[in-house]
Formats: sequence, structure tokens, C-alpha cells
Amino acid sequence: MTLKYSRKVMENFLHPKNMGEIKNPDGIGKIGNPVCGDVMWIYIKVGKKKEKEFIKNIKFKTFGCTAAIATSSMVTQLAKGKNLDDAKKITRENVAKSLKGLPPIKMHCSNLASDALKKAIEDYKSKQTQKT
Amino acid sequence: MRHIYLDNAASTKVDENVLKSMLPYFTEKYGNASSQHFAGQEAKNALEKSRRIIAKSIKAHTHEIIFTSGGTESNNLVLKGLFFNNPERNHIITTKIEHDCVLNTCRWLETQGAKVTYLNVDKEGFVNPKDVEKAITDKTLIVSIIHANNEIGTIQNLEEIGKICKQKNVLFHTDACQSFTKVPINIKKQHLDLVTLNSHKIHGPKGVGALYIKDGIKITPLTHGGGHERNLRNGTENIPGVVGFAKSVEVANSKDVEKITELRDKLIKGLLKIPNVQLNGPEKRRLCNNVNVSFNNIEGESIGGYLENSGIYVSTGSACMSHSLEPSHVLKAIGLSPVQSNSSLRLSLSKYTTEEEINYVLQILPKIVEKLRRISPLK
Repeated sequence: MTLKYSRKVMENFLHPKNMGEIKNPDGIGKIGNPVCGDVMWIYIKVGKKKEKEFIKNIKFKTFGCTAAIATSSMVTQLAKGKNLDDAKKITRENVAKSLKGLPPIKMHCSNLASDALKKAIEDYKSKQTQKT
Repeated sequence: MRHIYLDNAASTKVDENVLKSMLPYFTEKYGNASSQHFAGQEAKNALEKSRRIIAKSIKAHTHEIIFTSGGTESNNLVLKGLFFNNPERNHIITTKIEHDCVLNTCRWLETQGAKVTYLNVDKEGFVNPKDVEKAITDKTLIVSIIHANNEIGTIQNLEEIGKICKQKNVLFHTDACQSFTKVPINIKKQHLDLVTLNSHKIHGPKGVGALYIKDGIKITPLTHGGGHERNLRNGTENIPGVVGFAKSVEVANSKDVEKITELRDKLIKGLLKIPNVQLNGPEKRRLCNNVNVSFNNIEGESIGGYLENSGIYVSTGSACMSHSLEPSHVLKAIGLSPVQSNSSLRLSLSKYTTEEEINYVLQILPKIVEKLRRISPLK
């Protein structure tokens, strides 16, 4: 609306990738608070390739503004197929850069998708430790 | 791409006749109204004719109207000008649902020694006149209450509140920026001492407004200079703006108000058919062009973003869209939760809004809501 979003942000907002939920996910990361406006849930399914765990499938659900939806869509694309260690290293800056930038006011309030992803991976790992 | 403008509470398209009336005052009759020669008098005549038109529209005397740069300046002038002129009475009564230009002026005046009461409103945004009466003390200088709210369209009962102010010998001001030409304003009937008016919400140009100041009320000017506008608002008069403003008042009519009301009701009815949607603000005594709804569990900026992608311009009370990242203070005052505020949309119509446009919005919007609800984790 009043904010100037990049074309990449608008693409990911209007046609988000990997939206929805995964039934019986291996990990869920929930972040945000509806009071300030953004809530993001990231679901992951983990696979194994040559003994390394990787993100086989990833989906998101987001309540939030244009930037919140676009960053959610982008983080799922960046993470899909990556091994867990690399996926955990995805930062807010990586997400913003892949979207060709975010308005400064949105850098912090709506750029929580990478944090939600980290939580989902941690959730998966804590479940693994519980199992062993 | 087609554009459907439903943000007329923010600003409106200038009426063709208004524009036509203004044009000669840029290149032909461009004199300074303070000059003694013919060109100056031509400007002066236009200024005074415009003043008569504005005064008549609210049943005031011509000399009781001064022109300003708009609603914000008029509201600042009322509150600051009265406060600085009345050191012995430092209490101001207003409401929690005023426009920012009133609220922030009051907050600043608090740093200068003013005591301000911010009255609560009910779930529909109405001020209880009894609360006004209870709040008045012997220190109260002025009661300032917005006539029709800019976000939720609530039209206050000025007559009743005005009566109380008159009995208690307290000045009564209303910010009528949204209601002017849509809801009757009669300074006598409504016991008004000061009224803020503006032009660009009623198909006039931006940068011009007016203030009605009842005979005998003294205020300290914010600008000092050559004595313009009874020395209350110094600075060369914006003649093209003032002429356009007066024209916008002349072309306003009740037929347009009726037409807009019908379309508003159609839009509200259609929106309420979408599941889990609520109307914010009153059903009755609502501004003819205001629609405000909350969609719940989806975010207003996102809805607006999808609407804009379809060429539809609206606004939202979501925290995402404010400079402060706080949800609307008006929606909070009527008891909405942050999620409800964040999912709100204001659609404001004008005389240029067509039925076909409303039909198009009602066709597009449910699909957007459904899509965003599918993405949302909130249930």
C-alpha cells in the first residue's frame, strides 16, 4: 500500500510458495504475536541423504502484512532441500536480500520467517533427543 | 488497469466545476487581496464572496469565518490559540477518538501546563453527553469533539453536548472535516462556538480549510504578520484554494448524499455476508460514505495489498500501516482487540463511486479473504 515493495516481494506476496500445513510434521516453529501484527508457523518434514538430515518438505502459515507473507514464502524456498545445519544458518538478511530488499520499517517487525525456521529445526531436534 | 478509489475519507477527487472556478485565479486574477489596486480588489472580492458561501452553509455570520490551510491548522489554532489566551482556565475536554491533529495538539499542550480529559466512547463510538457534563470543572475552557469520526463514521449528537456546554459556560468546538456538507451543521442549533472545516474531503482542493469563530471569542494567533484574516491567521490568502473550497460547498447536495448512502448500505450488506466479518462503528447515525469492517484472523495491510493488485484503493487500521506500528486508537477506544484492529479495512465512498464499482469490490474481496484465511494460522 503506502510502502514501496520490490517486485520480488510482491511476487512472493501475491503468489506465495509452499503455503499451507504439513500433516504430521517432524518439526513446527511458531513465532510472533497477534498483538503486534505478525504470526508465523513453519512446518518441516526431514529426510536423510548420505547420513545427512535435510529439509525434505516445508510449508508455512502466516498472519501478517505483505512483508510477513513474502518473507515466509521466501524462507521456505531458501530452506527446501538444504541440510539442517545450512538451513539453520539462513538469516533475516539472507531473506531480505533474496527478496531484493525490504522497506526499513519492515526489516525487524515482519522479517521473522528465518527465526520461525530455526525454531522448527530446534523442535525437530528436541523431539529426536526425546526419542533416544 | 482500472482504478476504484475507496479512500475518500483520506482525500477526494476535485470536482470539475471546482477546478474550473479556480483556474482564473492562477493566471488572470492573481492579485494579492491586500493590495489596493483593481487586481488586489478582484482577489479580495473573490475571498469575501467565498467567505459568505462558507458562512452561510453553517448559518454563521460572514466575518466569523477565517480561512486556514486545512483541518490540522484549524484544530491547532483553536486549541493552542484558546489555551494561550486563557491562562486562568487550563482544562480541555476531548475524546479518545479524535483525529491525531487534535490528540497530538492536546498532548503537546499538556507539556505546556494544560490538563486534558480524554473521554471514553461506547462500542459504536458515541460520546455520552452525561460524561461531558461530569468532566466539566470551573477550570474547563473548551470541549472539543469530532463531529463524524474519520475511521468509523460515528456522528455525535452535537446538539445535546452543545446544550450542556452552553449551560456550563464552556466553549464548544467540533472538528467537522469529515461531516461537512454530508451532515447538517448549524452553529445555532448545535450551540457551536468554533468549527473546523476543510476542503479536500469534499471535492475541493488540498491546502485550504476554514475555522468558524463565534463573535467575541478571543484567540492568540499561531502566525504573526500583515494582519490577514482578522490578524488571526497571517499570511497571504490562498485565493484559488479558497474559491475552489467555496465552489465545492456550492456543488454539494443532498441527492449525492442519498446516492452514497445507498451504495454504502449495499457494500456493508455484501461484506457482512462473508463469514466472520464485523462492522465497526454504528449502523445508525453513521457517516454516509464510511464503511469499516474487521475480517478477523487476517491482516489489513495484506487485504489492502491484494485489493490494490486488483486496482482497488482502501485503507486499514492495522498497526502495520501506521507510523508508530500501533493499531488504530479509534478501534481500540471502541473495544476492538489488536487482532480485530489489525484485520480492519476502511472503505470510504464519494459521489463518484458507482454501483458497478461496489459490485466489483464485492466480487473480488471474498476471494481475497478466503485466500488469506487459508494462509493464516489464526482460527
